Amino acid sequence: MASATTVRPGAGTASAGKKPVLTDRARAERNLAWKLCAPAVILMLLVAGFPIVYAFWLSLQKADLRFPDANEFVGLQNYVSVLTSSTWWQDVGNTLIITVCSVTLELIIGMLIAQAMYRAIFARTPIRASVLVPYGAVTVVAAFAWRLAFDPATGFVVQWFGLDTPPLTTRAGSFFVIIMAEVWKTTPFIALLLLGGLALVPDDLYKAAKMDGASGWQRFTKITLPLIRPALMVAVLFRTLDAFRVYDSVFIMTRGANNTETVSILGYQQLINRLNLGLGSAVSILIFFCVILIALAFTRFLGASPAKR
Amino acid sequence: MNEDNTPRRKVLWTMAIIVVLVYALIPVIWIISLSLKTPETIGDGRFLPSDWTLHNYSDVFSTGFFTSALRNSIGIALIATLISLAFASMAAYAITRLEFRGKTAILAGSLAISMFPAISIVGGLFDLWRQIGLYDTWLGLILPYLSFSLPISIYILSAFFREIPWDLEKAAQMDGASPMQAFRRVILPLAMPGVFTAGILTFIGAWNDFLFANVLTSTDASRTAPVALAFFRGASQFTDPSGAIAAGAVVVTVPILIMVLIFQRRIVSGLTAGAVKG
Repeated sequence: MASATTVRPGAGTASAGKKPVLTDRARAERNLAWKLCAPAVILMLLVAGFPIVYAFWLSLQKADLRFPDANEFVGLQNYVSVLTSSTWWQDVGNTLIITVCSVTLELIIGMLIAQAMYRAIFARTPIRASVLVPYGAVTVVAAFAWRLAFDPATGFVVQWFGLDTPPLTTRAGSFFVIIMAEVWKTTPFIALLLLGGLALVPDDLYKAAKMDGASGWQRFTKITLPLIRPALMVAVLFRTLDAFRVYDSVFIMTRGANNTETVSILGYQQLINRLNLGLGSAVSILIFFCVILIALAFTRFLGASPAKR
Repeated sequence: MNEDNTPRRKVLWTMAIIVVLVYALIPVIWIISLSLKTPETIGDGRFLPSDWTLHNYSDVFSTGFFTSALRNSIGIALIATLISLAFASMAAYAITRLEFRGKTAILAGSLAISMFPAISIVGGLFDLWRQIGLYDTWLGLILPYLSFSLPISIYILSAFFREIPWDLEKAAQMDGASPMQAFRRVILPLAMPGVFTAGILTFIGAWNDFLFANVLTSTDASRTAPVALAFFRGASQFTDPSGAIAAGAVVVTVPILIMVLIFQRRIVSGLTAGAVKG
């Protein structure tokens, strides 16, 4: 780390002379940089990059741990099996229901919370503190809190609202509880990102618009929304990708019962309960492609770009 | 700040804030309340316990099941955090301070990895770990946690390091400090908030994980607390585990909540670093 002092002049020469030949100093700097990055890069490649490649290879095999001797290369057959099964499409539908509903609700509630926090002249710290509480709660714990509240054997919700059927025994009810738990857990994240965006909007703009007679709603849609759009899109992108791989909440609430199985639960069932690595890996790789598609769609068409800094 | 703080609006926003507080706090208050209920009153359908006891807490700790899981969770999350901070600081330092090709590739690659769905790599890891003996070990969980915390930490630390006035280091040396002293007395204190922020977020991420821990562990040797809760079946066959699960849930959550509340400023800056700066 002491080398930091020798670094600045080196950086100067490297950028000043754009010659193909590197000076000794620039070369030393480059070597040091790569040495410093190596552990992180190697780890990420080995523990995140390699398993994906390996999963892709597995997805082309007939690989069932219950019949280890029957392994063979089957090409795209696993993908055909998955994509022609109604289960996969049903689970994609379920996942989309949870993703769309929870992200939409999170945005609306997150925006309200951000506005409330932005306007709060008093008690800012306690408000921010309590908004962070759901963020700090472990997802499994949050899921249990909601499940135990809605379960008539332990909870209060069924009694309070005089429900005829416990929500977690029906499909719609299960979706409702799962989405509520997800929304509760992750809205703080959205609210904080949006609050960060709100802080960047110059106050003068609001004053000017107000003088010109713009209503509160007009000021929101014509000034606030366009200006916080970058923060908004990044928040939506992150949360959509996150919601699409929803696993913890569903596992705790229903384990996929009542037709609430999501694609991540399906992948888990194939890989771990059935030990069918071939089919399970095909599901995993398909989820991977879905995530890439979502990310591309967001960056291309909606202009969300977390990389632009 | 806004000029339109008429009394009516003030009342409206105050009410909105109260709704927010209630919404954020109720599930946590509920799980604490449930953990204090007696077995006789757990099904009474009331929000607050009419009769309270610490019985559930002794219950959840009576089996080695939860205690060992708690130990695993603390150990694994701490080690993952320390390793991640060391490697991410090195990388972030190189990215912010040194001139080299591949900088953008590393940042873009990290960003891509942070978006990988966990389910896509957990199957491959499950099969690999089985073959090389990392299945159901601490290291077997620490490694995947690192692969997800490194990208985020590199991002956060780069954002923080960029704000450090590095010239101060030179100034200190001109005033007669050795390079080591300049680093330790000047740069380190300036870098610590960022490192600390990345550390908290990494620890919370590892502590929170359920999918990797669920797939890559099977025994007391490495099962973490969230998995133990998910599979807790009660101290004996004849007791309803709900009260004990609630107690375990409180034990798992409260330390993190206290940490989050103490370091809220840093967490907020960490969560929004990079995302908002546009």
